[in-house]
This record gives sequence, structure tokens and C-alpha cells, in this order.
Amino acid sequence: MSRRQVALEVLRYNPETDAVPYFQQYTVECEAEWVVLDALNRIKETIDPTLSYRWSCHMAVCGSCGMMIDGEPKLACKAFLRDYPGVIRVEPLANFPIQRDLVTVIDDFVTKLKRVKPYLIPKAEKAVADGEHLQTPAELKKYKQYTLCINCMLCYAACPEYGLSPQFIGPAAIALAHRYNQDSRDGGRDARQQEIAADEGVWTCSFVGACSEVCPEHVDPAGALQQVKIKSTVDWYQEHLMPWTRK
Amino acid sequence: MIPGGQPYRREMSRYGWFLRQSRYLRYMAREITCVFIGAYAVVLLVGLRRMSEGRQAYESFLQSLTSPAGVVFQLIILVFAVYHSMTWFNVTPKAMPMQIGEDFLPGKVIIGAHYVGWLAVTAIVLLLAGVV
Amino acid sequence: MAKSNKPVVWGLFAAGGTVTAFVVPALVIVTLLPAVGVMPEVLTYDRLYAFCAHWAGKTAIFAVLFLSLWHAAHRLRITLHDLGVRADHQVAIAVYLAAAIGSIAAVYYLLRI
Repeated sequence: MSRRQVALEVLRYNPETDAVPYFQQYTVECEAEWVVLDALNRIKETIDPTLSYRWSCHMAVCGSCGMMIDGEPKLACKAFLRDYPGVIRVEPLANFPIQRDLVTVIDDFVTKLKRVKPYLIPKAEKAVADGEHLQTPAELKKYKQYTLCINCMLCYAACPEYGLSPQFIGPAAIALAHRYNQDSRDGGRDARQQEIAADEGVWTCSFVGACSEVCPEHVDPAGALQQVKIKSTVDWYQEHLMPWTRK
Repeated sequence: MIPGGQPYRREMSRYGWFLRQSRYLRYMAREITCVFIGAYAVVLLVGLRRMSEGRQAYESFLQSLTSPAGVVFQLIILVFAVYHSMTWFNVTPKAMPMQIGEDFLPGKVIIGAHYVGWLAVTAIVLLLAGVV
Repeated sequence: MAKSNKPVVWGLFAAGGTVTAFVVPALVIVTLLPAVGVMPEVLTYDRLYAFCAHWAGKTAIFAVLFLSLWHAAHRLRITLHDLGVRADHQVAIAVYLAAAIGSIAAVYYLLRI
């Protein structure tokens, strides 16, 4: 195994002592096949135990280690050092307040996620004795890609409209609302529309498309938002011009 | 929340953020096409007005289209109009995915169908205009 | 949260985006051709007059002009917001009003032919 010295420029912020964040440079010896998260762990173990960041699974499943790496939202566990020849600039996820070093305050996302009711709301109550809610493979495929979302918030960090208008519900939450709206077992669309068809929902999106480009799980939130726009437009015309077509 | 200090907010600058990344620049280039689509609509509107004013007014409008400035202006419009068409058609599978049976139609098929339609419409317009 | 009324303006923007994507490049080619010495028949006064005099021609011209103007107006509104202009309400009134005036002018000119 080959090793090399890797230099990282990490944004530091300690709310108890710092007025503003600042960059600190570290140089550590890394294995060639390591990811940025490995380098951060090595720094924490050998150079600076005060460095704070979130991580858990180290395999792009938990969605904890999202950060800006050379200005791009990435999972630190999926960003290979070999792709970054120079000094690697590591910052907390953009568009979120910094709690400490690379740790961000994610309350805004969590609150918005709750608002869109990202869970199955059955059309009618069904007793356990009446059996399962059956679904065909085609019905499953309609929403399956959106189930891959790991709530890592890279899409929020990539979205300039969220940066410009923080009240925007944002890519992942709306894509997850769309996931349940597309589910044949679900009957909660009307309730979710109250949130995602509002001005702060899909109508703040201008289809930059960055969310889908940075998604580590290849979910397509941008597509979901455009589909919600089209459906909400059909809804609007039905509600206002053809009220008799609505049940 | 944490004891002691407050979380630090790094607010995004509302000016010039799109210069930061090439994908934002590409997005702005796409959005800016609207200026040229709008400008061309105004050109057509002026032509329509000249038309309503009679033969002489219309002929002088046609003359202005063939002036060097008119040609350069239209060439620039053409470039942005083509960019608008391409960026518009390239995202159609996202906005309008098509599921046939179990599987979704590959995006390339939906985009390709739009390009074929675009070529067909262009050919029909040129045919009706008496060019070919 | 109340559902938004943006679908009205967005629906026309999307329709305009689709129509302009299909026809504008072809139209620009047609109006560019006289400059290189090729005169498309439709641009001659008599042919174009006949086209504009027919109700189907009037409808087509109005549809293309109205949708182009609306598409451009809505996208310009978004672009101005992206450029940092915060007065979205005023911008919206200005751009949609301009599109509406242009469209009404088109109707006026078409009815005079």
C-alpha cells in the first residue's frame, strides 16, 4: 500500500471562543485509497482531538458526514483522496448554520421533513386480519428511487434557491413527499399538497438541477419537484375552472 | 441548542453566487435565454405592426432585418434560442417520465423523441415558409 | 399553508417554453434568410398579408407571440430574483404587465389586417 502526505484546510469554529470561523491547515499521512473521512479521523486521532464532525457508517448509508469538499457538497466517506491532488478544502455543509467546526445545525431540515408527512397515510383503515396492502412491481417502481434518500442534506447545500430563500421546503423533503404521493397504498396527497404546493414548496424552485447532480444515492429530487409543479398546476385549473371534476 | 456561543450563520451572498460554480453558470445561461426569446417576440411584434401599416412600412421592416445590425442581432438570438430548445428538451424526462408496464422509458428515448419532433417542426416551418 | 396561485403564471411559462423551444429557431432562420439573398415566399407582403388575414393565421401568430412574451416575462422574473433583486412583487407586476401589453398590441395589429 502506498502512502502520501495529504494537506487539508479545515474550517474551524468554536462558538464559545470564536467570533467567526477560520481555516486551519493539517498535514497527515494517508493511504492512497483513503477517503476524506479517513483523513479527518487520522487528524483527530493523531494531531487534534478537538476537531468536530459527524460520521457514523463510513459507507454512504447513514448520511451523517455531508460536508463541502473543495466547494462541492459531498459525503466525506465517498470522497476519495486520489481525486483531490492539491490541498483539500473542507467546510461544513453550505446553507446551514455552523454549530461547531464541520458540524451544522440541521433543525430546519428536520422541521420541514416533518411538515410534509413523509410516511404512509392509508386511504382507508384496514384491519390486520384483512391482510396485506398489495402492490405490483410496477407500482413499486413508481416511487422506489426516492426511497433511497438518506437525508444527508447535500441537496440543500447545493441548492442556491434554498440559500436565497431559507423558507423553501427544499429538495429532499419535497422529493420524499412525492415518494409517498406516488405510492399506490397512500391516500395522504391532499394533506401534503398543503405544504408542497404552497409558495414555500415547489414554487420556490427554479429548476437549477444541482440537487440531483450532487445526490450521492442518485435520487432525482429536481425531477420530483417538476412533476409536483405539473400536477399542482393541473390541480389548480381543476379547482378553479372545473370545480365539478373534483370529488 | 449548545451552551455558550451561538451557531454561526454563513449567509449566501445574493449577488454573484452563480459565478462560484460552472453548474450555476450553465443554469444562468439557460435562464438568460429568456431575454432573447422575449427580444425576438418584440421583433415579430414590430413586424406585425409594420404589416398592419401597409406595404411600404412592411418593406422597410424587411430591409432592417437584412441590415448588418439586424443580422448580428438575429444570429445572437438564434444561438440563445437553440440553447433554450436544447436545455428545455434535455430535462423533459425529469418533468415527464414515462412508465411503460413496469419500467420507465430511458431518458434518452424521451429526449430523442423531442429532438426528432423539433427537427420535424423546423422542417415543416421552412416548408410552409416556402424556403425548401 | 395555503396552496399557491403560481400555477397560473407557471402553466403559461411552461407552455411558452415548449412552444418556443419547438418553433423559435425555425422562425429565426426564416427571418434571417433574406439577408443571405434567399427570400422565403411567406415573407413577401402579399403572402404574409394573406396569412395574417386568415383567422387561423391570426390565431397562430397570437399564440406564438403571447406564449413567447409570457415565457420570457416569467423567466425574467426568476432571473432578476437570482441576480439579487428582492422586489419580487413589483418585478412580477412589471414583467407580466409588459407581456400583457405586448399581447394586446398583437391583437390590435392583427385585427387591423
